[in-house]
Amino acid sequence: MSAPLVVATDLARYFDVSKPLLNRLLEKLPRQTLRAVDGVDFTIAKGETLSFVGESGCGKSTLARLVVGLYPPSRGSMMFDGTDMSKLGSSADAARVRKRFQMIFQDPYASLNPRWRVGKIIAEPIVVHGLMSGPAQIKKRVDELLRQVGLSPADQEKFPHEFSGGQRQRISIARALSSNPEFLVCDEPTSALDVSVQAQILNLMKDLQRELGLTYLFISHNLAVVYYISDRVGVMYLGKLVEIADVKTLFARPVHPYTRMLLDAIPDLEMSGRPRTPVAGEVPNPIDPPSGCTFHPRCPYANDRCRAEAPRAIRTKTGAMVACHAAEEGRLPDLERTAAPPPNPLL
Amino acid sequence: MDKLSNRPLLEVKNLRVEFPTRRGTLVAVDDISFSIQPGEVLGVVGESGAGKSLTGAAIIGLLEPPGRVAGGEILLDGQRIDNLPYEKMRRIRGKEIGAVFQDPLTSLNPLYTVGRQLTETILTHLDMSESEARARAIGLLQDVGIPAPERRIDHYPHQFSGGMRQRVVIALALCANPRLIVADEPTTALDVSIQAQIITLIKRLCREHGTAVMLVTHDMGVIAETADRVAVMYAGRIAEIGPVRDVIQRAKHPYTEGLMGSIPKLGNAPARLAQIDGAMPRLTAIPKGCAFNPRCTKRFTPCTQLRPDPIPVGATDVACWLYDQTKKAAAE
Amino acid sequence: MDAVRRFVDSDVFYSFRRSPIIIAAAIVTVLFFAGAVFAPLIAPQNPFDLRQLNLMDSSLPPAWLPDGLPQYPLGTDTQGRDVLSTILFGSRISLLVGVFSVVFAMILGISLGLLAGYVGGTVDAVIMRVADVQLSFPAILIALLIDGVARVVIPRELHHDIAIYVLILAIGFSGWVQYARTVRGSCMVEKSKEYVQAARVIGRHPIAIMLQHVLPNVLGPVLVIATIHLALAIITEATLSFLGVGVPPTEPSLGTLIRIGNNFLFSGEWWITVFPGLALVVMVLAVNLLGDWLRDALNPKLR
Repeated sequence: MSAPLVVATDLARYFDVSKPLLNRLLEKLPRQTLRAVDGVDFTIAKGETLSFVGESGCGKSTLARLVVGLYPPSRGSMMFDGTDMSKLGSSADAARVRKRFQMIFQDPYASLNPRWRVGKIIAEPIVVHGLMSGPAQIKKRVDELLRQVGLSPADQEKFPHEFSGGQRQRISIARALSSNPEFLVCDEPTSALDVSVQAQILNLMKDLQRELGLTYLFISHNLAVVYYISDRVGVMYLGKLVEIADVKTLFARPVHPYTRMLLDAIPDLEMSGRPRTPVAGEVPNPIDPPSGCTFHPRCPYANDRCRAEAPRAIRTKTGAMVACHAAEEGRLPDLERTAAPPPNPLL
Repeated sequence: MDKLSNRPLLEVKNLRVEFPTRRGTLVAVDDISFSIQPGEVLGVVGESGAGKSLTGAAIIGLLEPPGRVAGGEILLDGQRIDNLPYEKMRRIRGKEIGAVFQDPLTSLNPLYTVGRQLTETILTHLDMSESEARARAIGLLQDVGIPAPERRIDHYPHQFSGGMRQRVVIALALCANPRLIVADEPTTALDVSIQAQIITLIKRLCREHGTAVMLVTHDMGVIAETADRVAVMYAGRIAEIGPVRDVIQRAKHPYTEGLMGSIPKLGNAPARLAQIDGAMPRLTAIPKGCAFNPRCTKRFTPCTQLRPDPIPVGATDVACWLYDQTKKAAAE
Repeated sequence: MDAVRRFVDSDVFYSFRRSPIIIAAAIVTVLFFAGAVFAPLIAPQNPFDLRQLNLMDSSLPPAWLPDGLPQYPLGTDTQGRDVLSTILFGSRISLLVGVFSVVFAMILGISLGLLAGYVGGTVDAVIMRVADVQLSFPAILIALLIDGVARVVIPRELHHDIAIYVLILAIGFSGWVQYARTVRGSCMVEKSKEYVQAARVIGRHPIAIMLQHVLPNVLGPVLVIATIHLALAIITEATLSFLGVGVPPTEPSLGTLIRIGNNFLFSGEWWITVFPGLALVVMVLAVNLLGDWLRDALNPKLR
């Protein structure tokens, strides 16, 4: 395998969520830091799809924004094809790198400027990066892009509000593709869409990946979507990566107790009548996370070590990377999930 | 089963909800009929704009103006409730019908403790003393799975997490032991793990209290886990209604079939998802004939001309000309 | 053509068509603007051209009263100037000062508001604290202060020529805070929207994002404020002129006319002050009604 396209090392992003200075002085409050992403390592190979899943507040959207440079990292580095993203200024070098990646956003109603015509929206990256000159050439390219995402070239004269959610997401994709990027970061691109439209967009994304050899970083809270689209999957909990493995392994033999819990919580469409024992507890406040392994208050296998010491990622015999003391010490029962899973030994 | 218990708890007959606008009247819910038996969970599923939430709002009498019930009847236990004056309807809401909405924050008053909101609702509808009401409120909180209810009852809504708040809203809906709960997307704003907890809670409460539930959602997974029967809505009409197992595993309407195919599932990852092309029509441009016909792969002559009414097929009612033998024969 | 059709079809135009009061207000506003722009062409006389004045015709009452002459429909003042003509020329000055001070306040307020909202941090804190301090003084006081400072700084012989510009700056400067606050608020909302983030991912320059992406999306509320501010600016100008620190008496605005006429109120020549006053009230009322309506029409939440 060739060198990976994206390498993130110990990537972290903290936010200062302290109250204003005056309140802090009067109420004697300390500064507060939200560790939205707290030391995440991963690589993405060319042409592959890596997904991150997790519940709200786990830092997956912040991670996506870190990767495209919308936030500078508080710690660690993010390398794109050998270039350190945090050292990109606004130089010509930066522009050369920037046109090679793009982002697709969650909310199709907020991700397109309502005052711009669709043609101008799609052409923005082309114009900014100076990829083409002359309105005729640009229009031809926009025509081609609109056709590629399943819209008609006539649509470029319209405004975003004239389109449905699914069509807007197609416009977003066309804009993202217009600078011929190799790498797309997709932040919950289908979670605001209805299921039938979601299927259209997921199919389109897969088709485009095949045709254009794209590399995806895909963020979602929906495990079934992630299962469909990904090659590898990372599971996040409170800013940390708890498990990362290739999609087959992760869904068939989840190791981390949190991954097992998430998989068990998916509603059962097959109606196998498997008894579901809901998991207790909720995601704790990320401003004041639990000590040691942050999952320990909800974990059935937690012991004193879990409460005291944060686990480091280890490689299991299935090839997954897991950050869990219980897995490291072999305290977890083996679990193999099939289409009709056996009663969960966890619960 | 004797005759009495055969009477449905809720009966909706030919309900029509309209929105008058300056460009003409939009029909958001178009001539739909269904019923809910005591203790039954009816799932109402559909994509955005299908009219599912409006149907729920019409039943609890909380349609946002200018929306209005323009036709049909809603009967609760054989009594019409769609034409009641506001005060009377307010008594029924809470006493006979409880409501749970998508966003637990907007359903609770942030200025009062949850205990005060619960006891006030209890005292409005039930003949109880203040201390009895408080005891009942604590019991309800216990019932919906809130730990240490004696302490939590004096907390304000913002002191609860999202999942716990939704439990409080459910407790609020249960205050007067209603016979029907209308739950509009009760799990949509919640994380998957919390979603599973709330689904289990609704199922358990239904079983224990014999409460019927109308569960409005866009999530087929939630329906599969919770509902006894399911109505699939499309463009203001019911496309298909029947026992949940039949609808989900042997979908009859081409729309339901397409919908089920487009949901990614664990265990078998196809190279492509089955997809329905196009999108749900806007209310201003509902196609002639069957509203689904422009997106339907099995369309034939009558579909573009005539609006299909529900046709019984087994235990399911399907509004699709494919199941009308005479039309089908004529086409062949 | 397309834009016209879209406008005629829009909800804003619909609510306009449905409200007779607003239509009347719009007509009155348009008439005042037309009257002001074309005053030299339509006024019966030029009240500042001494050759056209006839002292014999001084202090005549309106035409419908005994002694009134038909060529002076609203009567004349003590120097024989036709009151209708002075009103037309006066509203020309009033509107000129009003419009330009609004434009000045708008440019200043929008720029500072965009900067504060988009950059945030210290820049935001400094701009908004200055705004807070200014807000704690009445606008008229700020205008008086600037006017006073200008009179001291600028040589006396220039006073006449630049009085109007000073007035425009003074009134404009007293009004920028409103724009800055509104724009800053909407800018912060727009900034967090994904289309702005998309532009940042592409690597666009912050100033380009501010001007091309954010600005067009925050202009709606600015338009409303500008309309209401126009009425306020006209009133402020009239107040300053009434106090005698506004435009020079050789180019009287409505406020100056009211002040001058005020002296004759008790000697029975009420028309010299009442008609300019009436004109001011009607003009400000019409503009204010338009502004209120615009706010409601553009903000669907209020309906």
